[in-house]
Amino acid sequence: MPNSTQKPSPGHFVAPLEETPLVAIDSVKTDGKPSNLWIDAWRDLRGRPMFWISSVIILLVVVVALFPGLFTQTAPNDNCELSNSNAGPSEGHILGFTRQGCDVFARIIYGTSTSLSVGIIVTVLVFTLGILFGAFAGFYGGWIDAVLSRAGDIFFSIPYILAAVVIMSVFSSNRNVWVISLAIGIFAWPATARVLRSEILRVKNADYVTAATAIGVKRFNILWKHVLPNSIAPVIVITTISLASAIVAEATLSFLGVGLPSSVMSWGNDIGQAQTTLRQAPQVLIYPSLALSLTVLAFIMLGETVRDALDPKARALR
Amino acid sequence: MTEPLLQIKNLDVSFRTQDGEVKAVRSANLTLNAGQTLAIVGESGSGKSTTASAIINLLPGSGKITGGEIFFDGVDLTKVSEKKMEDIRGSQIGFVPQDPMSNLNPVWNIGFQVEEAVRANGIAKGRKDVKKRAIEVLKEAGLSDAERRLKQYPHQFSGGMRQRVLIGMGLAANPKLLIADEPTSALDVTVQRVILDHLETLTRDSNTAVIFITHDLGLAAERAEQLVVMYKGQVVESGPSVEILQNPLHPYTQRLVAAAPSLASRRIQATGADLVDIEHRPEADSNLDLIAQAASRAEAQKAEGHRGNAIVVDDVTKVFKIRQGSGRSIDFTAVDKVSFTVERGTTTALVGESGSGKSTVAKMLLKLEEATSGNIVIDGDTINGLKGRELLALRRRMQPVFQDPYGSLNPLQSIGNIISEPLRVHKVGDRKTQRARVKELLDQVSLPQMVVSRYPNELSGGQRQRIAIARALALKPDIVILDEAVSALDVLVQAQILQLLAELQEELKLTYLFITHDLAVVRVIADNVAVMQSGKIVEAATTDEVFENPQQEYTKALLEAIPGAGIQLGI
Amino acid sequence: MARYILFRLLQAIPVLLGTTFLIYFMVFAMPGDPLLALFGDKTPNPALLEQLREQYHLNEPFFVQYLYYLGGIFRFDFGVSYSGQPVTEILAQTFPVTIRLAILALLFEMIAGILIGLVSGIRKGGIFDASALVVSLILISLPIFVTAFLGQYFLGIALGWFRPTVGAGAPIQDLILPALVLASISFAQIVRLTRSSVIETKNLDFVRTAYSKGLSSKRIVPVHILRNSLIPVVTYLGTDFGVLLVGATVTEGIFNVPGVGRTLYQAILKGEGPTVVSFVTVMVLIYLVVNLLVDLLYAVLDPRIRYAK
Repeated sequence: MPNSTQKPSPGHFVAPLEETPLVAIDSVKTDGKPSNLWIDAWRDLRGRPMFWISSVIILLVVVVALFPGLFTQTAPNDNCELSNSNAGPSEGHILGFTRQGCDVFARIIYGTSTSLSVGIIVTVLVFTLGILFGAFAGFYGGWIDAVLSRAGDIFFSIPYILAAVVIMSVFSSNRNVWVISLAIGIFAWPATARVLRSEILRVKNADYVTAATAIGVKRFNILWKHVLPNSIAPVIVITTISLASAIVAEATLSFLGVGLPSSVMSWGNDIGQAQTTLRQAPQVLIYPSLALSLTVLAFIMLGETVRDALDPKARALR
Repeated sequence: MTEPLLQIKNLDVSFRTQDGEVKAVRSANLTLNAGQTLAIVGESGSGKSTTASAIINLLPGSGKITGGEIFFDGVDLTKVSEKKMEDIRGSQIGFVPQDPMSNLNPVWNIGFQVEEAVRANGIAKGRKDVKKRAIEVLKEAGLSDAERRLKQYPHQFSGGMRQRVLIGMGLAANPKLLIADEPTSALDVTVQRVILDHLETLTRDSNTAVIFITHDLGLAAERAEQLVVMYKGQVVESGPSVEILQNPLHPYTQRLVAAAPSLASRRIQATGADLVDIEHRPEADSNLDLIAQAASRAEAQKAEGHRGNAIVVDDVTKVFKIRQGSGRSIDFTAVDKVSFTVERGTTTALVGESGSGKSTVAKMLLKLEEATSGNIVIDGDTINGLKGRELLALRRRMQPVFQDPYGSLNPLQSIGNIISEPLRVHKVGDRKTQRARVKELLDQVSLPQMVVSRYPNELSGGQRQRIAIARALALKPDIVILDEAVSALDVLVQAQILQLLAELQEELKLTYLFITHDLAVVRVIADNVAVMQSGKIVEAATTDEVFENPQQEYTKALLEAIPGAGIQLGI
Repeated sequence: MARYILFRLLQAIPVLLGTTFLIYFMVFAMPGDPLLALFGDKTPNPALLEQLREQYHLNEPFFVQYLYYLGGIFRFDFGVSYSGQPVTEILAQTFPVTIRLAILALLFEMIAGILIGLVSGIRKGGIFDASALVVSLILISLPIFVTAFLGQYFLGIALGWFRPTVGAGAPIQDLILPALVLASISFAQIVRLTRSSVIETKNLDFVRTAYSKGLSSKRIVPVHILRNSLIPVVTYLGTDFGVLLVGATVTEGIFNVPGVGRTLYQAILKGEGPTVVSFVTVMVLIYLVVNLLVDLLYAVLDPRIRYAK
């Protein structure tokens, strides 16, 4: 019979209770604010300079795209004078002139909306197609998965810029922002679908999904309310980065001459046209390149910081 | 007196976290003589593994020794260089890790990984000798066909065999000390016992001292002469195992002794009496005393008459098609002609090791899987082929609680939403009454009201399990299926939840089907037991009968695997 | 292993049929005369049009056209270029140059990328790691033609370290700059991938167990950490090859490298639709084959795949 008053033997050590006080078993922490993945991620993001830098750049790009008139008084296509061809900076024209004698700065400002529109349209397309294909394939499995995944494999097997080159070659007469976005987006979605599918395969076996089934939640509601919200984080990340890729893709196609017609102002077009005068006037090429790269950098940086913030494992390792 | 082999003095270990430095171990002391076995016992977060890792300076992440000394063979290990430490690891101090699944490199074959250990410790030189020694090592560890298996990869080994490989590597250089960190917790109970027996023989023969880390007090006492009990980073009690078990002096140790299912089950058996006849005087912390709990439960059950069957499972079979890749598939019979009944208001435990089919039975009852053949009757209604409304009505009467407290709650839903989801799905009441019901449920599972606006990741495992229970009870079901519902919890929390379950059963007249691999827990919570092995029920009887007079070899093996046999325990 | 290879080969067949069908569909299922659409504003000479009509069997039903086209692919017949030269013949001349360029680029991105990623991951949080992260982020953000022009202007024209365009015969020393440019994006990706993979691996249980066996870091880093970290890097190489193909088109165009990419580049610039389609088809086929090889390499690296049923 255990007896607390009994003396312990010499080898038997007992810590004094005042030094090792007992605390209540499994008491609920009442301090602190509510937290879940998104709340924690937001708290984490707020403390990252990278997040703020990229957000400010993106905000600036959006404002420039929406209200280009706020940033330059010079109309980008009027007043182009061949006498100014490749001239350096002068008053009111801080970045100098193109070969056609147009204001480089004004062209960059007015080209912003092209890049951004393509980026956004492609992203919406990729996000929608990716979620549809990925979610249904992953969640319903069986033959639905087989059909959707094989379709994804086929689209995935053609590098999307090459596919866009072919599509744009066919659409040589009526190229515009919508056509080019479609040409890029139609082959770019399988990556998103794959990420979502594998994430859903992981989540759909979680006990809370089984518990929801046992409660009687309808199948589609389980996908919509339980599975998708818990699988979407990596998709958000890849979508942010795919916005950057879409901007690059548009610029690349325009640069190759199968993008937007030269009448549409686009960074890619400008860079393509400037290459002939690289030796004489490198600035004509470098400034639009800088605008393009900075925008792309901002989206990639945002994607990367969001990825780190959303990954509790990465946060713990930091 | 000879110098002890290992002496830890006032050891402090800290981890750097976002909230600053956190002390994981505080002035811990420990002494171990050559050839002795010592067990460090504690719950998760007690600092037991950290202490052990500190000895060989393999603290995870940002862990650092911030104070104290570790004398091994007269050398202070906290002061030696990394180079010297490399020499000590393996050759003088061996290590057997916890999870055999993750501790072997999946891309190298077993032979490579064993030979690497042999070569690093200079036990053998030259390719032939190294290979010879590697085979010896594996044979000693109990892999009889070692030669053939050298070229195989970890994923081709079962968990038990991998643990044998790890034990072999830990002992390859005949170290003076072996640190075994929960070496068998990831394995099936019967395999556990065999491997621990083998480890004991090996270390006794080679006179290797062992530090054995475990959360199971019964296991610790059975395997080690000396016990060190840790709690929140501190050593609260240490000394000879038997003495600590019979005369625990620190209140924490007393709690542990009262709440360890293995000990409770051994002690009940030691009396040789049925639960109702046991006269048990509980310890100070009476609400966590498993035996007292079990005895009062048994008495309450005895007072009730026969109440008819809530669940009738009749000749149920489940066959899965296993895809073999490239289009072919084979049939796998997970559940093979299983029949049993559960009386209303009682608890039946379905016991078996992994792959026995016990969870598949639960899934069929819950209509998450359709039975291939046979009948399941719930409260007099056959559930085969139930659909739509009728299925929804069945779900109202029967709810599950699952094992993994971290996986059973949607991390993005607030606790309030989680508990009220069943009410919303079944359109029970309006918003106001639903909110009131959530509060009532939180009271029933003893959680404060403030958690309604919280999210699962802010709660501990035990608390999450309470939420899962509250959710299961929301629709006032008659039957609750508990699928390993307490297996992942720490001992004290486990005892609390077991107590909660017993109270709820009495109050709400619930019927439980308790699915578990742990017979010790069964002893204190179940009225009837059905033992499953590879899809079949091999033995079914009342709990007292099964424990006192098991009929099948397999049941006997399971019973023997409950740690704590041969320890003198009073009741 | 043999079964795995066979299985993978069988799996590749529907994808092959699907991709070629898709390309064909994109080009020839458009409303109007596909050939005229392909030439855009230009009017091709009638003889060539007739020849193309013949080549693509445009008077047959769509599926028959496709089967002819597919049959051509299996006979390595990719049609005739705008100038009348068989595409296969052009490939024979240009392919060796592109292969040289690609091997240089691959060598660079893999050796430098993996090494820098490894050091970065092992010394996470240090100055080396921080600078590697910044540089790789910038490289990833630079579109390949921007990198190409920057390299051409600064390293070629301004500093004069390299010839800004490739000379006749494409000697190796002239290919170094285009190869560096071509490798830049993938290099940066590999640095980041290796780094995160190394960080993840070095915290795994088996690495700790390896230390507990008494092994030194000198052995554990290459044998246990790097070896395991390479698996995701190798899988990346497959998708990366697509980036490399597009990159080669742009880079070869800008540096005037007489390879497959430049031929495609010039065909695009000149609006020679049918030649573009032929070359894209060839590139997609190469991409499929490379991905098949990468999958097999993956199985070599990961025994769990190799021995899976």
